[in-house]
Formats: sequence, structure tokens, C-alpha cells
Amino acid sequence: MLLFQFLINGILVGGVYGLLGLCIVLIYKSTRVFNFALGEMLALGAFILFTFIDTLHLPLWMGLILTIPVSLVIGFLLERLSLRPLIGQPILAAIMATLALSLVMKGVIFFVWGSPTISFPQKILPGEAMVFGEFFLTKELIWMFFISIAVFVGMTLFFQFTKTGLFMRATAEGHDVAQASGINVEKIFAATWALAALIAAIGGIMLGNRFGLGIGTLPLVAIKAFPVVLFGGLESVGGAIIGGLVVGILESLVGGYLDPKLSEVTPYIVLLLILLIRPEGLFGLKRIERI
Amino acid sequence: MYRPCGVFDETYAKNIAIVRTRQHWILMVIGLLLLLTLPLYCSGRILHFINLLGIAMITAQGLNLLTGFAGQISLGQAAFLGVGAYSSALLTVHVGLPFWVALPSSAIIAGLVGIIFGAPSLRIKGFYLAMATLAAQFIIPWIITNVRTDLTGGSQSMLVPAPKIGGFILKDQQSMFYLIIPITGLCIFLIRNLVRSRIGRAFLAIRDNDLAGEMMGIDLMKYKLLAFFICSFYTGLAGSLWAHWMRAISPDQFNLTESIWYLGMIIVGGMGSMIGVAFGVLFIKIIDILITTYSPYLTSFLPPQLAQDAAAGLTPFTIGMIILLFLILEPRGLAHRWEISKAYFRLWPFKY
Repeated sequence: MLLFQFLINGILVGGVYGLLGLCIVLIYKSTRVFNFALGEMLALGAFILFTFIDTLHLPLWMGLILTIPVSLVIGFLLERLSLRPLIGQPILAAIMATLALSLVMKGVIFFVWGSPTISFPQKILPGEAMVFGEFFLTKELIWMFFISIAVFVGMTLFFQFTKTGLFMRATAEGHDVAQASGINVEKIFAATWALAALIAAIGGIMLGNRFGLGIGTLPLVAIKAFPVVLFGGLESVGGAIIGGLVVGILESLVGGYLDPKLSEVTPYIVLLLILLIRPEGLFGLKRIERI
Repeated sequence: MYRPCGVFDETYAKNIAIVRTRQHWILMVIGLLLLLTLPLYCSGRILHFINLLGIAMITAQGLNLLTGFAGQISLGQAAFLGVGAYSSALLTVHVGLPFWVALPSSAIIAGLVGIIFGAPSLRIKGFYLAMATLAAQFIIPWIITNVRTDLTGGSQSMLVPAPKIGGFILKDQQSMFYLIIPITGLCIFLIRNLVRSRIGRAFLAIRDNDLAGEMMGIDLMKYKLLAFFICSFYTGLAGSLWAHWMRAISPDQFNLTESIWYLGMIIVGGMGSMIGVAFGVLFIKIIDILITTYSPYLTSFLPPQLAQDAAAGLTPFTIGMIILLFLILEPRGLAHRWEISKAYFRLWPFKY
């Protein structure tokens, strides 16, 4: 019974990890940049909602609606100001750019919202616990899981049935080919970053609601997304959710049976093993190199 | 290497000499004399800063060999520094080895740990390799904090004795200066020679295209792991010096931000350039010290809590901005600027 409890907890948390993984996969797929600044993007999204509903005293629904355009604009600006000048530079430049971005955003968050961990003035998601026979579940986790799944479904539909989604998939296939077929690749890059910032804001709000808002808490959750995407493969949207579930379950089982402290690094040990055994992940593309 | 007009090599010995002309010799002797007599007329604070620079220089040169010359990326530099620091501390405190044994042993231990985390580089590159070394950045501090807390003190800081060589106890900045600076000089000299040997050429070939290098008979496994070993060896050496110089170490001194800073130093300085790395270390450390010294004045008009947060945010913001601006505006770093200004003064008053 305990096993099922751990499994269910792991699956629910894993859904959220999958959502974080989706942000990275989305950006990597179309721009070939690995976004190390995810943690700060999460925190920024959550803090923006906090500003709307706490500092400006707006009702929650209005704050949520206003957060959408603001986070889209932030994602757009991040791409426009820092990543676009680096298109075509070596890969280390892209890595360092997102790492430097994470430092800059951390500084901005310190300036504007300060260092202490705060919480939203009201609960965004219902938080009470539910008992099913022998299982304990919090409603919050279930909500978080289903919101994540909803975002996944939404993204899949977006990729399948909208023109921008089609362009994004084409860009992911190959930048030059996409450009040659008349797609404005730079616009697609900007749109991708904006979309990823929106998803990061959704994730940040849910996680901020659970763990508290702070520059100390949210980036720590976000770095769990790195093993997730490597497990699923950097190019695979479906792989992100499966990777998320696997990492969530592993973490929950290790934390439950072995040692809660060990669960912090389990994802990274798994990551190293994956990299050694199957570097392209479960569903990633195997690259054939030519000289 | 580009030579200015009018400098000719007449013998083979002259061709491979590091110090090439008489001016170089004069400058070098004067520079070394100035450097070695520095403690006579400098205050403790300046010596402290120079010792810090020396240790950072060893680390950055090691990272530059790995990233700038061999083209492999390491986001775990601070963690390897931690390996060096903690193994040296454990060896001296709990095993009771003398410092001059602990220093090279901790460097070798760090080198071996570097090989473990560099092993994935045989199959992966780019972002994947960055992730593998990032794993080191999380796993190693976790091990320090949670395994054998009775020895390391867990997340508390661990006290390290002052290094003792023969009968001398090096307990002030002045004596540490005479320990750190010669080691730094030796490290720089060794790397300078290494990069123009067969090993260095192999690194360059791997950086430019590892498949092509393999076709030409470079043993990728050997040279990639060697690059990781040398880098971590240097870092471990720096970590050991750091531990005995700071005299108190804790896991949070070796965090991810620190690793990003070291990468930032080689980017600001110019990748794959030794003088550039020296500039980069100097530049970033001076900015850091300026911020920590003057941020209380800059933020003094704010209420206390806000001022504290603003001061805490100023360092990551400025360093991040500097790295970003260098990446965008001058990807070849300060080394390139240095070459340009040298050429300018050499040709003056002519344009070219």
C-alpha cells in the first residue's frame, strides 16, 4: 500500500516536472539552445502574478489573465536582447548566454522582490488533503498534475492544428530548410521563447503556490527539469512527460524507501547513467555526424 | 603565433624559446623582481587580493585548457575546486599527512574525480556534456554535505590548519604569497609549454573537429580524458591552496554560480588565450571587489532591508551582464583587444 502511495505521489509530481521539461524541449527543438535560465523564468512568472494580486490588489482571475501577456513579452525580450545576436555562434556561447541570463534575472529579482521567501496572499489552488481508503492525496497536487496535462494536450493541439505550430515544427527540422521555404525563422524563435516563458509562468505559479515564492526555492525545483529532458530526449515533447513521470516516481521511491536526502541527487545520478548508456535519451534523435 | 615585423628566428632554440627578445628578458626580470618583493611594500589587504587572484588564476587556466583548447565544456569547475579543498583538508586533519604531501595528492584525487565526470564526453558533446558536468556540480557538494558528516562537518564550515612546510608555519598573507605565487607561475609555465606540445596540438584538433581529429590518428579517449584530468588536477591544486589559505571551508563556497564565474572569466578574457585568461581573472575579480566594497554606498539611500537585497542582487546582475555583453559585442574577449592595442602602438604613428 505504501508503494502505491509513493507511486501516486511520484506520478503527480512527475507531471509537473514534465511541464518544466516541456519548456526546455520547446526551446531546444526550435532554436537549438538549452535554456539554463528556466529556474529564474519560473520565479519571474510567479513574482509577476504576486505583484498583480498582492501589490496592486487585483482579483486573482484578473491577475492570472494579466500575467499571460506580461510573461509572453518577457520571453520575447529575452530572446530578442540576448539570444538573437548569438545565432550562429559556437555552442558554448549559447550555453553561457542562458547561464548569464539566469544571473541577470536573479539580480533583477533581488532588486525588485527581495531575497526572503514569500507566499501568495491567497491560495491559488485548493490545498486540503483527501483520503481515499488508505491513500492520502492533497487536492493541490492533483490540480497541478491535471493543469500540466492540460498544457501538454494544449501544446500538442497547438503543434498539430495551428499555422505557427506547423512553422515551429518545420523550424525544428532544420533552420536553413525552413527559411528556404519562406518561414521567418527569427520570428519563430521569438514566438518559441514567448511561449516557453508563458509555460514557465504557469509552472512557476503552481510551484510557487506549493513551495513558496523565492529565489531560493523555485530555481532549485527547476534544476530537476534537466534530468527529465535528458531522460526523454531533448527533441521529444512526449519524452518530456515520460521523463517527468520517471524522475518523479524515482524521486518519490528513493525518498520513501531509502533516504529522503538521497532523493535530492537521485535525478542527477540517473542523468549521469543515462548519458553514459543512452546519450540521446529514450525518444531523442540520434545524430549522425559527418565531417 | 604572429611575430611583429623584424623579429627573426635564426636558430631552432630561438624558435622554441618562450622569452624571445632582449626586451622580453628585461621586462620579465623587472616584473618578477617587482612581484617577488611585493610583500615588502604592500598592505595585507592587497596581498590577500593577490593571493585570491593567484588561486583563481590556476583554476581558470585549467578550465581554459579544457574549454578553450580542448573544446570540452565544464560547468562543474567549482565542484572540482571543492574536491581539492576537502580532500586536502581531510588528508591533513584526519589522516595527518603533512601539507606538502596533501597538496599534490588532493590535486590527483580531484583529477581522478574529473575523469569520472568527464567520461561521458567520449560519447556526448555540447549541451549534453554541459549537463554531465552540471551533475557533478550537484552530486559532489551533496556528498560533502551528507556523507561522513562527522569528518567534513556537513554543511557547517570545516576548519583547516595553516600549512606547515619543514619548520615554517605559513599563517599570514605574506608567507602564503610566497607559497601561492610560485605555484601559480609554475602552473602557467607548464600550460604554456603543454599547449604547444603534441598534447596541446591534439587538444586543438579535438576542439576544431573531434571526428576529423580521430581520422588523423588522435586517440580521442586518451586526449579527452587527459584534458579533463589536467583541468581537474589544476583545479584540485587551487582547491587545496584555497582550503589552507581560507582556513575554513564549507560546501556553499563551491556552488554553481562560482562555476559560471570561472567560465565567465575565460569568456571575458578570450577563450584559448593564456594572457586573455589572466586579463579575465583580473577583470572579473576587480569588478567583484569593487561591487562588494562600494555597493553599501550605492544602496545607502534605500531602507535597510531593501538596501541589503539590492546589494545582494548587484553582483549576479553585473557579472551576468558583463558576460552577456562580451558574448555579444566581443566574443574574442580582452585578448583580442590586447592584440589590437599592441599593434596600434607598434605601428604608431601609421595606421597600418
